Formats: sequence, C-alpha cells, structure tokens
Amino acid sequence: MTRCIEVQALCKKYRIGKLQHDLMLREQLIQFVRKPFNRGSAEGDTVWALRDVSFHVDEGEVIGIIGRNGAGKSTLLKILSRITYPTSGAVKVRGRIASLLEVGTGFHDELTGRENVYLNGSILGMKKREVDRHFDAIVDFSGVEQFIDTPIKRYSSGMRLRLGFAVAAHLDPDVLVVDEVLAVGDAGFQKKCIKAMDELRSSGRTVFFVSHNLAAVENLCSRGIWLDAGSIQMDGAAKEVILSYMRSFASGQLSGSGPLETENRLGNGEIRYTRIEYLSPDGTPCGIVRSGDPLVIRFHYRAPKPIRDPNFGFRIFTPTGTLVTEAAHWLHGIHIPKVGPGEGYIDVEIDSLNLVPAQYQLSLWITGHGGALVYDGDLRVALDVEVTDVYRSGRMLDSRFGLVYFPQRWRVTQA
Amino acid sequence: MESVIAPQLSEKPRIAKDYAERSTLAELWEYRELFYFLAWRDVKVRYKQTALGVLWAVIQPFFTMLIFTVVFGQIANISSDGVPRPVFYFSALLPWIYFSSTLSAAGMSLVSNSGLLTKIYFPRIVLPATAALVPLVDFLIGSVLLAGFIAYYNLPVGWSLALWPLLIVPTVLLAFGLGAFLAALNVKYRDIKYAIPFGIQLLLFMTPIIYPSSVIPERFRWLLALNPLTGLIEAFRYALVPSYSVQWSHLAISLPVTAVIVVCSVLYFRRTEKAFADIV
Repeated sequence: MTRCIEVQALCKKYRIGKLQHDLMLREQLIQFVRKPFNRGSAEGDTVWALRDVSFHVDEGEVIGIIGRNGAGKSTLLKILSRITYPTSGAVKVRGRIASLLEVGTGFHDELTGRENVYLNGSILGMKKREVDRHFDAIVDFSGVEQFIDTPIKRYSSGMRLRLGFAVAAHLDPDVLVVDEVLAVGDAGFQKKCIKAMDELRSSGRTVFFVSHNLAAVENLCSRGIWLDAGSIQMDGAAKEVILSYMRSFASGQLSGSGPLETENRLGNGEIRYTRIEYLSPDGTPCGIVRSGDPLVIRFHYRAPKPIRDPNFGFRIFTPTGTLVTEAAHWLHGIHIPKVGPGEGYIDVEIDSLNLVPAQYQLSLWITGHGGALVYDGDLRVALDVEVTDVYRSGRMLDSRFGLVYFPQRWRVTQA
Repeated sequence: MESVIAPQLSEKPRIAKDYAERSTLAELWEYRELFYFLAWRDVKVRYKQTALGVLWAVIQPFFTMLIFTVVFGQIANISSDGVPRPVFYFSALLPWIYFSSTLSAAGMSLVSNSGLLTKIYFPRIVLPATAALVPLVDFLIGSVLLAGFIAYYNLPVGWSLALWPLLIVPTVLLAFGLGAFLAALNVKYRDIKYAIPFGIQLLLFMTPIIYPSSVIPERFRWLLALNPLTGLIEAFRYALVPSYSVQWSHLAISLPVTAVIVVCSVLYFRRTEKAFADIV
C-alpha cells in the first residue's frame, strides 16, 4: 500500500485574546503612538488546539476521528484541508484532497438548484465537465428534480441539504475529508449518505471522517483516532478505539463518583450519592450526551439509616460557574415519605436536553426532614454536552449560541 | 511564495496538485473555473431580482452625470476645459464608478465570504479578483452609451478611441491591487470597513473628475499627479474627446505607481492569507 498522508508533529496554537473582540486599527495606532517599540503586546492567552499530533495514512484507509468538544478534531480537519495552517509541524498529502466541512458551501439563495449545483461543484473542486457528466446523477440522488430550476430560497432545509450532499457524493477525490455531515437529515437520507461513503471506501479512496455518531464511525471506518485535548489518545482499529473512548466516559463518571465517597463535604452524611449515570431512554448508558437528545440521569444513593421526607435535587453550572438551572423532585409535587436503609436510585427523565453544547457541571444535594441539609456535594460531576444538529437543518448549534435553546418554529408572513 | 503546508513526499508523487509548491499564477490557473463561477454568481445575482436589471448599469452613471452637469457645471460653474459638460463628466464617471465599486466590493470580499474562507481551500486572491471583475460588466454596458454621446455631440471618431479599452487594463489592476490590500487589512482590522466609503468619497474630490487638472495651479499639480487615478481618468477623457488637453506626464506617473501598488498589495496579501481563516 502506498502512503498518502503523513502528518508530523502537528501543533496549532490559537490566540484567544484576539478572537474575543474584533481588532481595531485605531487601537493599534494608539498603541503604536504610546509605545512605538513594543510590538505585539495585544496578544492574549494562547490555546493549543493540537499538540504534537503525528500519524500516517495509507491509501484506501477510512479513518474516523473521535473525541470530545474542543479536542481538536475540527482543527485537524481544517489543517488537512489547507483552510488553516499549523503553527508547527508538517502535513504531506499525495493526491487530490476534497473537504466537506459543511453541506452546500457557497449556496446562494437567489440562484436556482441547477446553478447552485455548478457553483457548489466548482467550490468543492470539480471541473465543469465533471459536473456536466454527473449532473443527472446528482439531481437524481438529491430527489429535487421538479425544483431544479427554482431558486433555492424556496427550498426547504431538507431539500437544500439533499442537493448539497448530492453534489458532494459525486466528488471524485483521492482523499475525502468529511466533518459531521452525516448527523443531519432524516434517517432515510442518512442511510443514503452512509451508502455513498461506503461506495467511496470500496473504490479505494482514503476518507477522513469526524463524527459524534459512534455507530457510523464503527460501521464505516477501519481505523479510529481518538483525540483528547489536542493530542492523540489512541490510534488503532476503529472498534477498539471507540470502546476505549466509551469507557473513558464511564470512568470519567467513576472518578466523579470516587470523590463522592470522601468525607470532605457538607451535610451530616446520613445519605449520599454514590454514582451518577447518563442513560438513553431505553436504559442503556449513553456514551455521549448531545443537545436535544432525550436523557435519563440516574442518581444512585446509599443511606445507612432511613431518611424521612428526603428531597433530591441538583444544579447545573456552566464551566465558569454560572447557575443554569436547579431541579428538585418536590417542585413536581412528588413526596417521598422515606428512603433507606440501603441503596437505591432516582431517575430524572429529560425529553429533550435543551442545553447548548459545553462542559457543564452538575452539583448534587439532598435535604432531609424539615429541610435539614443531609448531603451537599461540593464535588461537581461533569456533564459534557456535545454539538449536534438540533434543528435538523444541517446547521450545528454550538457554544456561541448561549446556554440553552428552546423548541421553536419559525413562520414567515409577508403582507 | 509557496502556498503549501509542506514540501512533497520524497518518493515520486502520483498527483501532488494540492500540496505541491507552485507559483501563484499556476495555482490561479488551476482554480480558473472557481474564479469563473464566483464571478458568474455575482453577475447573475446582481441582475436577477432587480426590476430594471441591466439598465442599472446605465442609470447610475447617466443620472450622476446629469446631477454633476447641473450642480458643478451650471451652478458652481466649474470649468470643463471646453469639453461639453455631459461628455466631460460621463467619460470620467464610467471609470470612476468602476473603480469605486470595485474598491468597496473587493475590500469587503474576504469578510463577506467568510463562510467560504472557513470551509474550503482555494487561493484567497480569487475573492478580490472576482470583485474586480464583476463591476467590469457595468463598465462595458455603460461604454455602449458612449456611441450615443459621440453621435449627439458629433465628436470626431479617431484612433484615440482605441485608448478607451486599453486604459481599463491599468484601471482594473489598480482597483484590484488596492482592493486586495484593503481586503487583507479588513480581515484583521474591522474599522477598515468604515474607512473604505470615507476614503472613496475623499478620492472623488482628489481626482480630476468634477474639474479638469488645468484648474489646479501649476505648482500644486504634482500633488494631483501622485494619485494614480489622475492620469488614468484624464486619459479616458482624452480617448473620447481628443481635443481635451491631457497631461501625458500624469499617465506616465500613474502606470508605474499602479504597478508598484499591485505588486506590494499582492505581496502583503500572500504574506497574510494563511491566517485569514483563523481570524475572519
């Protein structure tokens, strides 16, 4: 097999100070007037998005990149796609590389479906005659043939998405870089997309694939790379990497429950939480918590002595310590006369977790009869909410969109 | 300058299109279709959805010319060096409108296409270049009106008219060069956005558009000549009206100044383009 990608000691540093506000020439001029010889003092804190990442890829490998928010997955894809440049290190790629970081990049509302196919095709690196050759197949794949000469501003978001993916599915690169585009669309469409990726794989193309959909990664990829905090945590067979990754979530919670056992906390210790689990509605542990997903939080407790009138509650904090919300079962009018002695658990069922992706912290408390504090974990359990396409539009909701989102519908009426 | 992350593999590469070291021009040639489609998109969108469509290309210079004729000609009575006032203003307004719309479109081209910049690789210079190409369509349509002026004012048709299409070449280069520089600056410094319209407004008065350079006292004329647009605009006027007393020395300054601006701008652009996606 021939080697087609070589990544050597890749590092990428971002300056967060500069990202937080738009730089003004005015300020720089003022600074220059004040201290003409002090250059670059406007630099803020730096963050390493990638640290010493090295790997190589042979032709025909399909690689899934997994990791939590901010692990550096997107940065890696952007460097491979030449959109951004590494601070140090090198990437060597042989062959034509096409990147699909978004479906329908460059689509223009005023142009028709047909026109946008050509525009998007050329943006993705196709030649006009390639688009000509595949045009019928693209339209067929998208399923929007009746509307192909209608401006796409009249398209539904689903149609737009299908058209965008149809163009992308007919790319013919040596290396394809795909970012989380399969997380969008309805189940039928997702199946179609996975089939298209599978065909690429069987035709011997090299594919890089970032997704939170671990099942898709497991199905499609021969190899997995797990990034954590900018470094490669594990690189190997996709199945094994996914397994270790999932285990890290479980152990993350165990380490959360570990300190739960310590005595260093408020309350009288008559009852305490022993473990927290994040579950899917069907009761299986969910490796990843995503915005908009249903979620069951299971609080395990142990009470050596019976506790009268307990009240279980928790608070959700942002990483910077802002209280997002507090929930307790008595708010629901539920009364538990007594728990214990012994162990048990309480489930909190959430139909749709309307938190915007971020790393939240859960702080837990229990009060006993008369409101006396029996347990207050100063310990906080991590709740990592991952990016997803909550509106099913292909547009990702991420941490820039505040703390929460709420279910909503938009309707436009024009007089 | 190379636009690569790293040199090629030492083994013989099968295809090494995207990461190979190559000159700007060769790479631009590689991306000519994207260039074409982006320009095509902008032209198409510009004329779609407007009731008057292509007519806008004529309306803008024509009505500006009318207003200038009344305000600067009749009311302020600024000399037009013996040239009929409508011809005097129109011949300068066509290249000026091209130049100013290119400058503002090119200056914003990177920021307004940030979606493309952060999602896809292509030579970034394609964006200001596209912005310099699109207003050319308006210029060409407007130029057709010149025939009407020639017929109405009975202007002599001579070889000088051949200068008209030739002069657009340095005008495009100058607008593209300055536009690319402003675009790169705009990514980093967001107050450029406010400076561009202001600068264009000032430039209108610092260029012999509403007045001939002959009204400027001799000892200050070199100041006017430093503006590379001066020589170009006056030569455009001469192309239409050969009797216009053009200062060829101004054009002789314009062309090298334009060349220097283009080279410096492109170098600056190339030097900063790697960071565009990170800060845009």
